[in-house]
Amino acid sequence: MKKKSLSGALTRRNVLKGAAALGAAGAATALPGVARMAWAGGSDQPIRIGFQVHRTGIGATYGRWYERVTNAATRVINEAGGINGRPVEIIAEDDGTDPKRGAEVVEKFANQHECDIAYGTLFSHVVIGSAPRAGELKIPYFVVSEGHHVASGMLNRYTLQPGITDVKSQVKAMAPFVAENLGRKVTMIFPDFAFGHNHRDFFSEAIAAQGGEVLEKIAIPPTETSFTKYFARIPRDTEVLYHVMVGPSVLTFVKEMGEFFGGAGPALFGFIDSLEGVDIATPGLEFLEGSYFWEGMPRYAQPDDPDYVKYYREQVGIDDNGASVDDPKDVSTNAHMFACWETLFAIKKGMEDAGYRGPQDRAALIEAVEAIDIMLPGREHPQGAKVFNGKTHQVFGEQYISRVKNARLEVQHRTAIEEGFYPDEVDYTKQPL
Amino acid sequence: MEFGPHLMLAMLEGLVQASVLTLTALGLSLVFGVMRVVNVAHGEFFMLGAVFAWWITQAIGASPALGFIAALLLAPLLVGLIAALSDWLVLRRVEYDPERTIVATIGLLYIIQQLTLMSFGPDARPVPPPFNSRIALPWFEWGEGGLSLYWPWGLSITSYKLFVILAAPVVLAAFWLVMARTRLGLVLRATRIDGEIARAFAIPVEKVYALVFGIGAALAALGAVLVVPIQQAHYLMGGDPLLLSFIVVIIGGLGSLRGTVLAAVLIGMSDGIISVFFTPTLAKIIATLLVAMVLVFRPEGLFGERRA
Repeated sequence: MKKKSLSGALTRRNVLKGAAALGAAGAATALPGVARMAWAGGSDQPIRIGFQVHRTGIGATYGRWYERVTNAATRVINEAGGINGRPVEIIAEDDGTDPKRGAEVVEKFANQHECDIAYGTLFSHVVIGSAPRAGELKIPYFVVSEGHHVASGMLNRYTLQPGITDVKSQVKAMAPFVAENLGRKVTMIFPDFAFGHNHRDFFSEAIAAQGGEVLEKIAIPPTETSFTKYFARIPRDTEVLYHVMVGPSVLTFVKEMGEFFGGAGPALFGFIDSLEGVDIATPGLEFLEGSYFWEGMPRYAQPDDPDYVKYYREQVGIDDNGASVDDPKDVSTNAHMFACWETLFAIKKGMEDAGYRGPQDRAALIEAVEAIDIMLPGREHPQGAKVFNGKTHQVFGEQYISRVKNARLEVQHRTAIEEGFYPDEVDYTKQPL
Repeated sequence: MEFGPHLMLAMLEGLVQASVLTLTALGLSLVFGVMRVVNVAHGEFFMLGAVFAWWITQAIGASPALGFIAALLLAPLLVGLIAALSDWLVLRRVEYDPERTIVATIGLLYIIQQLTLMSFGPDARPVPPPFNSRIALPWFEWGEGGLSLYWPWGLSITSYKLFVILAAPVVLAAFWLVMARTRLGLVLRATRIDGEIARAFAIPVEKVYALVFGIGAALAALGAVLVVPIQQAHYLMGGDPLLLSFIVVIIGGLGSLRGTVLAAVLIGMSDGIISVFFTPTLAKIIATLLVAMVLVFRPEGLFGERRA
């Protein structure tokens, strides 16, 4: 089945090079203008997607936007005729950003709500807590999480991550830019759980490969509320401070970082996680001017945005500053939430390729998604081109490095997909279905 | 960071924490001292103070200073009223029975937390500080020309954090004056020493209880209003203050105000210093160990009165 869609003269690399050019074509064919096909092709029973959402707990800001994007993508899919002629229905359940509750929610999707698949989890500890249950219940579990746990092989064949790149690939692509432009002596600040440990381990590796070193690794619990005490551990000879923080206190984290350095201090390279959902023009954040951030997808509209990006932003309801069109204070988590949109379209593609009818076809769905391989940029994949690795169940894509200018993020550099490749650590296709 | 400036920074951070903790723990201690009620919902009153502070500053919207002053006055008052009401509706009806009040206040904890989640939402929301400028602090070193001053990287405090450190002793002094010098204080002390006798002297003990429960919650709310421009208002923020307040009150002696203040400074400072030099987890481990030691060797607390 592998690469059946792109056999012939095309190699993966050629396709990637042409991907941008094909993007426009992709966008044109992606969503046929046929309005509501009256669910022609099959039964009118909806396809039920169980959506595990962080409505409460420390992931709530992300959860709110994941839900909005999920609803927007579902509306777009349904307006274009649904999946296999059937409408898509989202059954959302709050997991409280709690791993134990996460596993219960997956169980509810499988046994109580009779969902076809489970989808949508972000926080890595919740994914790691829920995935084993999804594997036992044999319900396909599409996560939108960034963690390396999928590709590391610690989960199972029923867990897939086709919409967002993992931390290992992100930091590998990013490290050359940091070493060349900012410095080679790095101090890292990261949240003290699986996601942060991915940053710690893989960025240390990646910067060492660039001839750099990590001087100090500072782990902070994601529930922490006061941060100055941690900053005191930053060594004086640090050239670059690499920061990634999550949780309800990210604004305090960044503010106290500014107060600590008071305009002196090292160059800053942050993952936008430290400021997701926070307005960069907030008083107290002026010191960020000129510093760099990773973004999965740019929060602010860029001058060269293609039409499909404009279409995506319009559909999910964000303005040029990446805030809600209804409330300019409600800043989105655009660097991550695009992946909900893309995951739903990957699910759609998988279900269509597998001729999915119901839970009896779950195994066929897994095999069809494993065979996806190349994703072209367009309305279905507004963040950019992607390559899906069917063996590791992990997608690879481009990364954005942006710089703060006039309290906005301007994209400075876009990494190539291949820069994030690393050798496979698992072959899930060898596991039984 | 060199040892000297590092220690200085740790102590400043510890003092900020100790100031807020003192007020919060004082509220818990007062409620236990007078009413013999272990208030598990105390942390939620703290959280409510922060949430009301956000709400009031948003509603006023004018200058951050004006909003903050309004929050400083109104938020503790509102929280106090809610607490007094819950005393009247719940605790009075379970007759202040020790076991049942614990269960009742656990119930209050969840009700307050979930109502806040339903109305205020799950996001952390910032309250702008009324003033906030960074004050770099100098350190001295022995150079070639003898003693000289320099400004180490990171050694600083903000004017607002200094204000918090100074505000706590002022509130404490006011509280002490009320307790020691006013008729209200006399009534409170009388009820604390013996409720039955106080009732015999026509002190309306039930009203005093509602008042005390309100004042205890208001003190927690006041601590929260002070800290919310540094941290942010969030519906889950009540957990840590509750744990630390219990640690302080157990070490200082349940019901002993002097012990509470000393223990709060001790725990706040040691938490700040151990967090900076080692890890925040170790700070919590040591504090909890200290609680265990106090419970084993001096169950009435360092300054508590021995009861028959």
